[in-house]
Amino acid sequence: MNILIRIKRFDPERDSKPYWDEFRVEADPIDRLLDTLNTIKWTMDGTLTFRRSCAHGVCGSDAMRINGRNRLACKVLMRDVGNKVTIEPMLGYAVIKDLVVDMDRFFEKYRSVKPFLITYDNEPGTERLQSQAQREVYDEGTKCILCGACTGSCPSIWGNPDWVGPASIVNAHRFIFDSRDQGAAERLQLLSRKDGVWRCRTIFNCADACPRGIPVTDLIEQVKRAIVYGGPEEA
Amino acid sequence: MPEHQSHSYCLKAPPPASRIEEEMYKGQSGMWSWLFHRISGLGILLFLFIHIVDVSMLSFGPGVYNQSVVLFDYVVVRLLSLALVIAVLYHTFNGIRIMAIDFWRKGSRYQRAMFGIVLAATIIVFIPMAYYIMGPAFQWLTQAPHAATTGH
Ligand code: HEM
Ligand code: SF4
Ligand code: FES
Repeated sequence: MNILIRIKRFDPERDSKPYWDEFRVEADPIDRLLDTLNTIKWTMDGTLTFRRSCAHGVCGSDAMRINGRNRLACKVLMRDVGNKVTIEPMLGYAVIKDLVVDMDRFFEKYRSVKPFLITYDNEPGTERLQSQAQREVYDEGTKCILCGACTGSCPSIWGNPDWVGPASIVNAHRFIFDSRDQGAAERLQLLSRKDGVWRCRTIFNCADACPRGIPVTDLIEQVKRAIVYGGPEEA
Repeated sequence: MPEHQSHSYCLKAPPPASRIEEEMYKGQSGMWSWLFHRISGLGILLFLFIHIVDVSMLSFGPGVYNQSVVLFDYVVVRLLSLALVIAVLYHTFNGIRIMAIDFWRKGSRYQRAMFGIVLAATIIVFIPMAYYIMGPAFQWLTQAPHAATTGH
């Protein structure tokens, strides 16, 4: 199939403003969009800049806005995008070049919610055991690959770059609802502040954008309830 | 082909200063429900201010008040009242949807279906209210000719 690809491009060393660039590419319907971007970069225009690493939806580096919605280029098939594709960098992040956005603040906010196991008791002599039901409670959050698609799809972050964002809350949920963890209270304290969970207006763009199928908004709502009811629900 | 589209390596001509149209994020029903909720909320707030002004006309006596509320008889203002009714109904029903998402554990899962219910409820309740608001404006259609000339 022959496809027209429109890409919003920007080179800070040369352009004062972003502009639309167009490429006509021959592609197989079961090629992924990432393959097509590679074809452009390798055979048509070597200056086209984007991130990718694993090419299999695991590393989370190629989130971008494809036909208006945040998707991973490596998980989108050409047959699903139509004859004309529009590709833009994600909203809500500063553009470094072409499709590459600055993720520094994203990871800063991720670290701010303490996404690691916190314990205060003496270390047990054996493993920290957990039932299947207890493991199930926070299963969704463990699937996150930190691609930033959810955070970049959220109107609250477009309006306020300081808001902690859905991805951080997903990763806080991962530990708040872990029966082995003892840091729930301090994380809930952090997330109940001005730029914490309450900036979420249940818009559900994040849940639609997540390439891992995580019900992002639902996890945020669980964290809101944990704040209101004074702690996570037990399994 | 414009110059900036000739794909030579590295030495591409600078792009024209053409304006770049911003395209809206393609959010689904959730994004629209939120956008309508905010617009309707701000719209109702605007009406609240107008309402405070029109009710306060009473403090200048019944004559002034009666004269000022005649405003609400104009067809344009009746149409604006329709917009207000739509906004209030939508905001109320969707407000209940938002609270269900917030407090009911399965709320997020059924949010899309609940949005459908919100739209249906808004339209169903709107129709009879619209009938009563717009009815008087169409009296000239249904009344005998001599009655129409007598007016209000
Ligand atoms: C039955 C009455 C009402 C209900 C059930 C209701 C419900 C709600 C809820 C649940 C929210 C939170 C939205 C969110 O979290 O995203 C909200 C927001 C809001 N409401 Fe209402 N409301 C009602 C009446 C009103 C009235 C009378 C006004 C105006 C005078 C109003 C103006 C607003 C505004 C401006 C917002 C903020 C919108 C936003 O942040 O996007 N509401 N309403
Ligand atoms: S929750 Fe989903 S969309 Fe958000 S960063 Fe994690 S994997 Fe990406
Ligand atoms: S390249 Fe690794 S997720 Fe797409």
